[in-house]
Amino acid sequence: MDKVMNRRSVLSGPYVVWALGFTVIPLIVIIKYAISDRTGAFTLSNILAIFDPVNLKALIFSLEIAIGCTVVCILLAYPLVLAISRLKFARSGFMLVILILPMWMNFILKLLAWQMILSSNGILNMIIRAAGITGFDISNTPISIMIGVIYEYFPYMVLPVFDAVIAIDADVIEAARDLGAKKGTVFWKIIFPLSLPGLMSGITMVFVPSMTSFVTADILGGGKLQLVGNIIEQEFIQSMNWNLGAGLSVALMIFILISMTFTVKKDEREEEEAW
Amino acid sequence: MYMIRKKTLALILTGIMITITALGVFGCEVSDSADTLTVFNYGEYLDPDMIKLFTKETGIKIKYEEATTPEEMYTKFKSGAIGYDLLCTSDYMLKRLINENEVREIDYSLFQYKDNIGQKYWDFSKSFDPENKYTLPYFWGTLGILYDTTKVNGKIDSWDVLFNGEYAGQIIMQNAVRETFQITEKYLGYSLNTTDRDEIQKAYETLLKQKPDVQAYLVDEARDEVVAGNAAIAVVYSGEAYLGHKYNPDLEYVIPKEGSNVWLDSWCITKNCKNTEAACKFLDFLCRDDVALKNFEFIYYSTPNETVKENLPPEDQNDKYMFPDDSVTENCEVCTLTDPETNELLNKLWKELKAN
Repeated sequence: MDKVMNRRSVLSGPYVVWALGFTVIPLIVIIKYAISDRTGAFTLSNILAIFDPVNLKALIFSLEIAIGCTVVCILLAYPLVLAISRLKFARSGFMLVILILPMWMNFILKLLAWQMILSSNGILNMIIRAAGITGFDISNTPISIMIGVIYEYFPYMVLPVFDAVIAIDADVIEAARDLGAKKGTVFWKIIFPLSLPGLMSGITMVFVPSMTSFVTADILGGGKLQLVGNIIEQEFIQSMNWNLGAGLSVALMIFILISMTFTVKKDEREEEEAW
Repeated sequence: MYMIRKKTLALILTGIMITITALGVFGCEVSDSADTLTVFNYGEYLDPDMIKLFTKETGIKIKYEEATTPEEMYTKFKSGAIGYDLLCTSDYMLKRLINENEVREIDYSLFQYKDNIGQKYWDFSKSFDPENKYTLPYFWGTLGILYDTTKVNGKIDSWDVLFNGEYAGQIIMQNAVRETFQITEKYLGYSLNTTDRDEIQKAYETLLKQKPDVQAYLVDEARDEVVAGNAAIAVVYSGEAYLGHKYNPDLEYVIPKEGSNVWLDSWCITKNCKNTEAACKFLDFLCRDDVALKNFEFIYYSTPNETVKENLPPEDQNDKYMFPDDSVTENCEVCTLTDPETNELLNKLWKELKAN
C-alpha cells in the first residue's frame, strides 16, 4: 500500500508543479493586487468596485448573455444527443468528430469568419432582407455576440450530455417502454434525470466562459457592448490599473463560485456517473 | 510518503536553482559584453536584415526585444529586469521618460547622417523634446478619416461628418480612448492635450450623443470594414489609409481642417546604457540612406528621412498618403499628455461611454 502511494505521489509531480506554477501562484498574485491600492496599502475598494453602476451593468449584461447562451445550448444539445445516441457506434463517432472539428481551428479565425457572416452586408443580413424583413441589422448586436459564443462552446455542452445519455442502460429504457411509458415520459422520467450530471458539467463549461468572452464581445459586438471581461481587460491594458482589474476579477470569481455551488452539489450526489 | 514528498521538493528546487544560475550566467555574459546593445522596439518595426547588416559591419551584436503598446514598454523598462540600451517609443511616452530623467542626451557629433532627417520632424519633436537633445525621429503618421467616395456626398474635409448624424450607422470609430477623445477635442476646437475638465466633459457628451450613430468601435478591422463596403466612414491612421486606398481606389483619406493628431515615434538612449558610442553608431546607421530606404520598404509608414523619397521610383514619390503636403499637418498636434489625473478621467469617461 505504501509503495503504491509513493508511486502515485511521484506520478502526480508534474501536475503539482503545473498547478502551483500556473494556478495557485498566479491566483495569489491576483488576490494580492486585488486587495491593495497603487501604493500597496490594504483596501477592499477594488473588489467592491463591482457594484459601481458601470461595472454592475456590464456584469448584468454578461449574466444575460451567459444564461441565454447556456439555455440555447441545452435546447440544441438534447435533440442532437438523442439522435446521435441512437446511431450505431461508428456513425455516432463520426457525427461527434464533425461536431468537434471546428474546435481544431483557431478561435480568432472563427470569430473573424463570423464577423463577415454577420456584417451589415454579410450573408445573414442578406437572407433577412431577402425574406422581406427590413430595418433590422444583426451586426454588432447582443444576438451576434450570442451566436459567436454559442458556436464556440456548443461542443462543451454536447459532449458531457452525450456521455451521460450513452451510459444509460438500454434495459432501463426498454423496461419503461414495456410498462407502457410514452416517448415523452421516457425522456422526462428516465433519460433527462439520468443525464443530469452530464448536463451540470456542460452548464459549468458553457456558462462560465460565456460570461467573460471579451474577445467575442469586441469583435462581434463592434466594441459597443461591454461584458465584464471587457472592463477587466480595459483596466489592465488601457488604464494600467492592475489593482482594479485584479479586484474585478476576484469579484467575478466569487460571483461564479456562488452561482456554481448549486451545480456542484448536484454533481457530487451522482458523482459516479459524472463526466 | 512524507519522504518522497521531501525528495520531490528537493529535486524541484534543485532544478529551479540550476535554471536560475544558468540564466544568470548567460544573461550576464550577454549584457556585460561591451559589444552588445539591447534594443527595445515595437513589433515588426525594424527590418531584421538591417540588424544583421549592422552586426556584420560593426561587430556590435544586437539583442532585440519587442512590445506592442507604449504602456507595455514603459512597464517592462521600469521593472528593470532587462537593461535596455536603446528604446523606440511614442511621443507622449518619450515625454514621460524625459520628465522622469530616464534618458540621456544623444551625442550628435558622432553622427554622419543626422541631416537626412528633415527639419520639419525635428520641429515636431520639440513638442516633447524642446531642445532636440534626447530623441531621434523614426517614423510618423496622422489620424484622419478614411471614406468611400461612392457612399458620401461630395468631399469630406471636417470631423463634422462623424457628429452631424448624416451618416448614422455608417461610421467606424477607433476602439481606443486616446484617439477617440483626441479627434473629438479637435472637432470642438480644443487642444488634444487639454487637461481642462469642462472641455473633456464636453467631448464626452459629444461622443455620447454620437454613439447611436456609430456602427462599431474597432481597431485593426476599421479599415477592412470600409474596404468591404460595410461602412462609409472610418477613423484610421494614415498607414492604414494607404493600404485601404490600395485595395479599393474609391477610398480617400483626409486629415480634417480642424486638425488632428500627428504621431511621432522616436529613438532614445536610456540612462543605463553602458556603451553610448555603440548606441549612437546604431542610430546613425538607421539614418543612413540605404538602410532607411530598406527599412521604409519593410515597414511602410511615413518616414522623416528625406533621402528615402529621393531614392524611390517617381510614381511612389507622389504618394500623398506616404508623403503628405506640409499644409495638411498645419493644425495637427503631437500628443504630449502625461498628466495622470487627466488620463484617469479619460479612462473613466471612456468606460462610461462604452457602458451607455
